[in-house]
Amino acid sequence: MAFRSPSLAMLACRLALLGGIAVLLLAPWLFDSEGLAVLTQFLTLLVLALMWNLLAGYADIITVGQHAFVGIGAYAFYGFAALAGVNPYAAIPLAALVALVAAVPAMAIVFRLRAAYLAVGTWVVAQVFMLLAGKLPGFGFGSGVSLPIAVAQAFGTDPAGRYTTIYLLALGLAAVTLISTWLLLRSRIGIGLTAMRDNEEAAGALGVNIVRARILCFLWTAPFLGLAGAIITLQNLRISPPASFSIIDWTVFVIFNVVIGGIGTLEGPILGTALFFVLRAYFSDLGTWHLIILGVLSIVVILIEPRGLWGLLRRVLPGDLIPVSHRRAAAAGAVRAAPERFEPQPPA
Amino acid sequence: MADDFAPLLEIAGLSRHFGGLKVIHALDLAVARTEILGILGPNGAGKSTLFNLIAGVLAPSGGAIRYEGRDVTHLRAWDRCRAGIGRTYQIPKPFAHMSVFENVLVAAVHGGGAGIRQARLEAAGVLERTGLSAQHARPAGSLTLLDLKRLELARALAVKPRLLLLDEIAGGLTEAECGTLLDIIVQVHAGGTGIVWIEHVIQALRRACTRLAVLHGGAILADGLPDAVLADPRVKHVYLGT
Ligand SMILES: Nc1ncnc2c1ncn2[C@@H]1O[C@H](COP(=O)(O)OP(=O)(O)OP(=O)(O)O)[C@@H](O)[C@H]1O
Ligand SMILES: [Mg+2]
Repeated sequence: MAFRSPSLAMLACRLALLGGIAVLLLAPWLFDSEGLAVLTQFLTLLVLALMWNLLAGYADIITVGQHAFVGIGAYAFYGFAALAGVNPYAAIPLAALVALVAAVPAMAIVFRLRAAYLAVGTWVVAQVFMLLAGKLPGFGFGSGVSLPIAVAQAFGTDPAGRYTTIYLLALGLAAVTLISTWLLLRSRIGIGLTAMRDNEEAAGALGVNIVRARILCFLWTAPFLGLAGAIITLQNLRISPPASFSIIDWTVFVIFNVVIGGIGTLEGPILGTALFFVLRAYFSDLGTWHLIILGVLSIVVILIEPRGLWGLLRRVLPGDLIPVSHRRAAAAGAVRAAPERFEPQPPA
Repeated sequence: MADDFAPLLEIAGLSRHFGGLKVIHALDLAVARTEILGILGPNGAGKSTLFNLIAGVLAPSGGAIRYEGRDVTHLRAWDRCRAGIGRTYQIPKPFAHMSVFENVLVAAVHGGGAGIRQARLEAAGVLERTGLSAQHARPAGSLTLLDLKRLELARALAVKPRLLLLDEIAGGLTEAECGTLLDIIVQVHAGGTGIVWIEHVIQALRRACTRLAVLHGGAILADGLPDAVLADPRVKHVYLGT
């Protein structure tokens, strides 16, 4: 490594993160519509990666059916905005609500299963939702339907303005997802989730209510996935069962990204999704090979470091880039290097 | 509050079979809050399995477990922990990627039911008490086996248990370290916690325990005052091999 010291490496990572945030904030001025469209895809895939990571990386719910909630969000958004005539902006949070409601019966089925059966169960549930979507009157059945022009124009009358609006919505969603997930992991529930990630049995024996934590995570992810589905629909301007419920786009790629970036960390999904877009920009003409390369890459990464590329980087870095961990009170004080003698006294 | 001599833990007819292997079979045992009960038994006698049953990590094949007068046989592990049953693992199960401090914090927040602020103070106190303060920022996965055992004890204490289950935490300690451990155990006990302690280090058990029980053949073979149990010919036969 070119870095002299861990803190220098940390500084480089911080700068990369801040630079990335700055680029995202200034993107409407920096990029044309095509660039904004790619960044919108990046942000929605980032949301999906953060959610899959929360389920698989912390709550041990290895789902291969998360595309279900993306599709449900897409269809709900279409239903409210195009069919029910709801204000298109209001249709977005309603899509989140529908995804949340759909998560309840899905959970009741899936949570009866464990491990490999659970994975298969999530896939079956997702297939059922997709088949149901293809039977809905008004939604174009199996071949889908385009978004009415009036709905699209609510987000900008000219294409350039629309791309900017959709991009800003995606940016807002990604920011809310990242910050709320970070707050969740910092909370007392999050301490328990992190413990579950490292050793589920010990977490349970030390008082972490594993069932409740799992339920919370499952319900937590559904609305965010639904929101991503609404934004994806806005961007594609149409819904259809195979595209809105695409297992490859909204689940398989996402799993690769999280695994390559680093499962069970907050930084991993960000790193993995960013890498995915860099690779895609250079190897976009590879077609199916793209998928195969990512699959092989994720297996290689797992064999070298189960916690992904971020796990490799973390060996050099002195701490988390996005700090989730809790430090002892004395260590958080002003003089970190000095030997710590001060011990806080509990209030009488 | 129930009186001190009423059983804190009552086990009746408890069984756990693994396939055809009857590891625990029709076991009866009662422990009062005032006791430090030492458990002896040959390797593979089922001592750790008994703890897993009491802590709710394993479901029994039969029998009942009462804790503080309440039937907890079908309670999940975390609910038993919240009710005040703290345990250590013979083979440590650290949260390897969390710091030593956070490992204890998990127990203080979830098992102990404290808010994060309060739990941070408690966790720092427990680390001090168990001699882990200097290691507080290290990832638990990087500790030595001895420190991992200290961490097991620290986490169990952070739960603020009323029943503490200790599974072989004295092995490998020096004389002085063992003395420190005994001090902690006696202190916790004086604070009103009933203790069950599985240990092969007989001298340590002898110094701390108010009572000894020997587990053999899936049930309690001998039970009573430490010296009387150690002098029991049946115990000498199965355990001490004489
Ligand atoms: N989950 C399990 N599945 C199958 N067999 C098990 C399981 N847990 C324990 N056993 C078996 O039960 C028996 C008792 O094991 P246990 O760990 O309770 O013994 P122990 O008294 O704690 O022994 P030691 O002194 O070596 O710690 C052993 O034969 C072990 O192989
Ligand atoms: Mg054992």
